[in-house]
Amino acid sequence: MIRLENLTKLYGSFVAVDDITLTVERGELFGLLGPNGAGKTTALRMIAGILRPNGGRVLIGGDDVQQHPLAAKQRLGFIPDRPFVYEKLTGAEFLRFVAGLYGQEGDGVERRIAELLEVFELTSWRDELVEAYSHGMRQKLIISSALIHRPACIVVDEPMVGLDPKAARLLKDIFRQFVGKGGTVLMSTHTLEVAEAMCDRIAIIQHGKIAACGTMQDLRRQTAAGNVSLEELFLRLTGGARTRELAEVLGGGESE
Amino acid sequence: MRQPSLRHVLQPKWRTALQRLREERSRGVGRPLALAFVGAVFWLAAYGVLYRVLKYFRGVEELGPLLAGKLLGLVLLSFVSILVLSNVVTALSSFFLARDLDLLVSSPVDWLRLYLAKLGETLLHSSWMVALTAIPILTAYGVIYHGGWLFAPYAVLTIVPLLVLPAVLGTAITLVLVNLFPARRTRDLLSVIALGAAGGVVLLFRLVRPERLARPEGFRNLLDFITVLRTPTSPFLPSEWATQAIMSDLRGGPGAPLDPLPLALLWTTAAAFVTLGALLHRELYATGFTRAQEGAERFVRGTFWRWTIGWALGPLPVAKREFVLKDIRLFFRDTTQWSQLILLAVLVVVYLFNVKALPLFSGEQIPYFYVTLVAFLNLGLSGFVLASIAARFIFPAVSLEGRHMWLLRSSPLDLRALLWSKYWVGTLPLLVLALILTGLTNVLLKVPPFMMIVSLSAICGLTLAIAAMALGFGALYPQFETENAAQIPTSFGGLIFMMATIALLAWVIVVLSGPVSVYLNSLYTGGAVAVNARMVGAFVVAALSCALATALPLRVGLRKMESFEF
Repeated sequence: MIRLENLTKLYGSFVAVDDITLTVERGELFGLLGPNGAGKTTALRMIAGILRPNGGRVLIGGDDVQQHPLAAKQRLGFIPDRPFVYEKLTGAEFLRFVAGLYGQEGDGVERRIAELLEVFELTSWRDELVEAYSHGMRQKLIISSALIHRPACIVVDEPMVGLDPKAARLLKDIFRQFVGKGGTVLMSTHTLEVAEAMCDRIAIIQHGKIAACGTMQDLRRQTAAGNVSLEELFLRLTGGARTRELAEVLGGGESE
Repeated sequence: MRQPSLRHVLQPKWRTALQRLREERSRGVGRPLALAFVGAVFWLAAYGVLYRVLKYFRGVEELGPLLAGKLLGLVLLSFVSILVLSNVVTALSSFFLARDLDLLVSSPVDWLRLYLAKLGETLLHSSWMVALTAIPILTAYGVIYHGGWLFAPYAVLTIVPLLVLPAVLGTAITLVLVNLFPARRTRDLLSVIALGAAGGVVLLFRLVRPERLARPEGFRNLLDFITVLRTPTSPFLPSEWATQAIMSDLRGGPGAPLDPLPLALLWTTAAAFVTLGALLHRELYATGFTRAQEGAERFVRGTFWRWTIGWALGPLPVAKREFVLKDIRLFFRDTTQWSQLILLAVLVVVYLFNVKALPLFSGEQIPYFYVTLVAFLNLGLSGFVLASIAARFIFPAVSLEGRHMWLLRSSPLDLRALLWSKYWVGTLPLLVLALILTGLTNVLLKVPPFMMIVSLSAICGLTLAIAAMALGFGALYPQFETENAAQIPTSFGGLIFMMATIALLAWVIVVLSGPVSVYLNSLYTGGAVAVNARMVGAFVVAALSCALATALPLRVGLRKMESFEF
């Protein structure tokens, strides 16, 4: 469903994404993990068609995001990590606006808006301006907006940020049901427990390159790590073991 | 605990300013040179006008120095009034809504440092323009009255407390207001009150027709006039103290003994104000800051636009329709945006009033020659007014969309649809305004049908082009970091847009001057208007110029938007 072919992005001379090739199949929940600055957000923004790659291409459902952007984006729902929403629109107006961007209108959209607001417990906030929403409520609204047009795949950057445990659980259920019905989810996250529990396959990205990719078993085999947790695998692959040693030295707090 | 120095608290601000300066420098010299040029032109113009006025005053026996003092008093009083208003608005952002406040308030910085740091920031942001404007004015005073080199530091010494006082006062007013209303509501209220007041003053000033004072019959009560000039506006006004301080220094000349009282009054009052302001801050800031975190509007039904504009736009594709609706809603729900319409309405009334007040119809016959000439020149003026409005409302359209580009670019929205919506949402109201300005002016001037058709067609073509240029240049020089839409037109791109628009206006007027002069000639000689190939050619060139100035900027703007990366 989502295919990255030799995807490369440069910021000046800095290589943010370095020749990545990756396929996310239909009905799969795929996790993109990596330390800060590894290139995850840049990769996701290229998939969403916001950034232009310097090399390679992104295909969504067979359509190149750069060559046939409208067809590719029609299949996509994107949830960024730091979204800005129009503060002076109400929640319902924002969702109606997003549906309009995807060419959808009418009673179907109104029903879908009511349904999504109900699911995310925003119904009583439907006619309030977004500027009055809390961070978590905005996040729920953004997620609703990504689902409003019933996309075939969802690309999501740090989905759990700002969500309360109930909403986080709800989102996990939504994603699982979504892939269960043949949808595709590509998400980047720092919450390793979430990735381990939810993702069918995981790619660990480091310095813009894929350091390892596959199921949990595949990753363990690739790193010859035995039956260890994803956190352990992640630290081995990203050089975080040294950081952990440092943390152990420094983490004792002030000694009297 | 040892408190950080004030310099340290302000460090992020000045470091950011320095970094911006470095970035500007690395972009080349074109931009700073253009800004320096415009600044120099403004300074020289202000200096030149005041120099002539003061030179004239100096030549008037007895009355001259009084007039010069009165003029300075008025200028400084208007500066202080503007500064109080501007400080109230700026203090709202710097003390209550700025993004760095969470960090500052949560860190162990004491209240006094926070107050002084934010007061300094408020003062700088709201006063720099007034301070820069004061330079050519005071220079003209110094030069005409031979103030000598010491006059410059003396003037600075006089002006600094005059900037501090409104800053403290404005901050205190804001502090009290925020404790009464939520900060966001206060901002809305203030922007409407400020613009309403400014519009009212402009309207009142124009409607009393100050030009009548220049007529000789206005000098009948000369003695009364001198008496008014001799009395200070109010002995308690700091602007009056500053005027006395400056004028006493200038009248005495270099080396003469100075009256230290006005300067002492200014500085001691400023110090007392800062102390009182700090005490007020200590008492009210914590509760005000808490209140500032609240307060947004609740429950907006928003069906009005949907059932009116939404219905009217029914035949359009849904993406375009929703985009237009979104833009209209955002405009009318943002008080800082729509409140500017008050000024716009005032501007239109003043403009029409000026045209009506023109002394053209003193005889019995309609003076067609002058009427046609004025109507033709009015085209340029109307165009300039429309360009200023486009700079304020259409130029920032792409920049304001910047933070939402994640949504627009990740959706299958065609950027042409976005540009189309932005263009027509901006152009249609501008076109209505253009037709009102030109049509009503022509009716007031009683222009002949030829000029009515020429000027209405020309202003329609120009409006379409001006709106396209505003959008195109707005996309070429976007300001994604700026949250305040009102700051975007004052950027470098805004300047370039205004220059390009003026060039277009000049070109179209020059092209049309051919047919209009033929028409005027026929009016003068009483013959028939000769419609020849040259005349038709001129109209075609003007129409093509407008069409090109519409299509090209939109095309370039679209290309630029397609290359945006976020």
